[in-house]
Amino acid sequence: MDMTTDPLAKRPTYYEELRSKGYTRRDFMKFCTMITAYMGLQQSGIAQVADALKSTPRIPVIWLHFQECTCCSESFIRTSHPITADILLDKISLDYTETLMAASGHQAEEAMQKTMKDHYGEYVLCVEGSVPTFGDGEYCCIGGKSAVQILQETAKGAKAIIAWGSCACNGCVQAAKPNPTHATPIHKLVKGVPIVKVPGCPPIGEVMAGTLVHIIAFGRLPELDGIGRPKAFYSKRIHDSCYRRPFYDAGMFVETFDDENAKKGYCLYKVGCKGPSTYNACGIMKWNNGVSYPIQSGHGCFGCTEEQYWDNGPIYERIPNLAGFGIESTADKVGMVALGVTAAGIAAHAVATNLRKGKSVDTLIKEGKEAEKEL
Amino acid sequence: MRTLTHPHLLRRVFVWELPVRVYHWINAACILVLVATGFIISDPPAILSGKEAYQNYWFGTTRFLHFTASYLFLFNFIFRLYWGFVGNKYANWHNFIPSNRKFWSDIMNVLKTDIFMTQREPETTVGHNRLAGLTYLLTFFAFGLQCLTGFGLYAAMSDWWLPNLFGWVAPLVGGDFMLRQIHHWIMWFFILFTIIHVYLVFYHDYVEGRGELSSMAGGWKFVEEEVFDEADKAHEKK
Repeated sequence: MDMTTDPLAKRPTYYEELRSKGYTRRDFMKFCTMITAYMGLQQSGIAQVADALKSTPRIPVIWLHFQECTCCSESFIRTSHPITADILLDKISLDYTETLMAASGHQAEEAMQKTMKDHYGEYVLCVEGSVPTFGDGEYCCIGGKSAVQILQETAKGAKAIIAWGSCACNGCVQAAKPNPTHATPIHKLVKGVPIVKVPGCPPIGEVMAGTLVHIIAFGRLPELDGIGRPKAFYSKRIHDSCYRRPFYDAGMFVETFDDENAKKGYCLYKVGCKGPSTYNACGIMKWNNGVSYPIQSGHGCFGCTEEQYWDNGPIYERIPNLAGFGIESTADKVGMVALGVTAAGIAAHAVATNLRKGKSVDTLIKEGKEAEKEL
Repeated sequence: MRTLTHPHLLRRVFVWELPVRVYHWINAACILVLVATGFIISDPPAILSGKEAYQNYWFGTTRFLHFTASYLFLFNFIFRLYWGFVGNKYANWHNFIPSNRKFWSDIMNVLKTDIFMTQREPETTVGHNRLAGLTYLLTFFAFGLQCLTGFGLYAAMSDWWLPNLFGWVAPLVGGDFMLRQIHHWIMWFFILFTIIHVYLVFYHDYVEGRGELSSMAGGWKFVEEEVFDEADKAHEKK
């Protein structure tokens, strides 16, 4: 057994846990290599990650589910390397998660309370789903407590919070207008605890694993962008890594999904692809163990990592909606009406000018004509 | 009400200095290019072509024109702000900011005389009238907003520090998609402004006969002798 373990820590390290599950050192190193590459670190990072996982006792994780569809969990357990799920989603590692834990009822709630008490200030809180704040928060209750209460209680002692998916990051579909339950993203309810946002519907499994491993291995949050997303995965637009990009620059677009251009694999910009305004790693990591991603499958990106993407206008069009002017109104339609009104106003003004100021204009003209004759 | 002598005696006044005129036409050309390419970028035309993608680059070129024009527009705009402090009195920033009650009453006067035409007053302002001054203040806000939103969108595509200065704009409004929409809405202000602006230049030239239209070419306006007399009287009072 590896002796790098901190003698003070009673909890086993990640490496120890994996060995006890029957993984070989080779399996472990393969995992470290893969996850380091996904995290966008250089080769020397592999040793750092391996060292960290060998010496760090596992960090307790509480994984909460609120208003969501569990697609984040589904995505996570399908990451390309089985260790990812084993290391983090095993019932030992993960102290509380409604979807995967063996315990239920009071037993489960007790387990969570125990983790919160024993590891106050140490555990990582993962939140999947948004929190309804309408009324007393009764639109999402677990074990007799509302989601708001559970979040406030668990967030207090958390070392960091990871907001999984668009629900936890921006409210996703349940926060779309009119948002009847007042579904609220995590960062608007919790202050004073560092929050990492991992948006997407769902996020890519490897992105989730990479974010979690970064926190575990290095004991701190990954570098974040202006919105609070890990830069390693969210700093580039889908558009920048899109293999159809040459068709965009060449101005060769799919006009309808069943036209010749669609068959030829042209750019999906005009059928509503939101790749140019969406930040994610889909074009590079792809989905289902690197099989494909929406654009590769012939459907435009609909911008699932971006804030309020359900309210950001139609999925299959690029024309921006104009909020407050009805569903079918676009900025261009309103602009055209304004243009018409302006043109009519100008025409009326021109007519009125000749009626009201005709006399003084006539004087000017008369004066000019006299001057002409004088010369 | 003041009456003007017949025939009009006009004196030539150098209103728009060369830098102001150069600014004006660069600005006009930029807006024209930016609006045209902007429309194409937001909704590109369907062009059927048998060529391979590597043989075409027209959409990339359109975007290149848009970005080039936007840099020119930004620097030109910054120059104009600077000129508001060093230029002549018709270019000075005081023309654009309502700072006293007279400014507002002058605006009402312009509205009555030129827009609703409920009163007949001969034109006495030489540079921008007060309503125009306030409108140009609005355009400056629109210029600023359009630069913020535009370069905010561009920041992610560039490694240069200048566009990266605008990296905070997208998070502020919730992402590129919303930013793109705002950028698109503001464009309509430019279109409507341009149309009204061009019309009113023709209007003033037509009803006043002081060379409004050509003033942005040579810099000259032709001002009645009476306006000078009044200015003299005002000076004496002081």
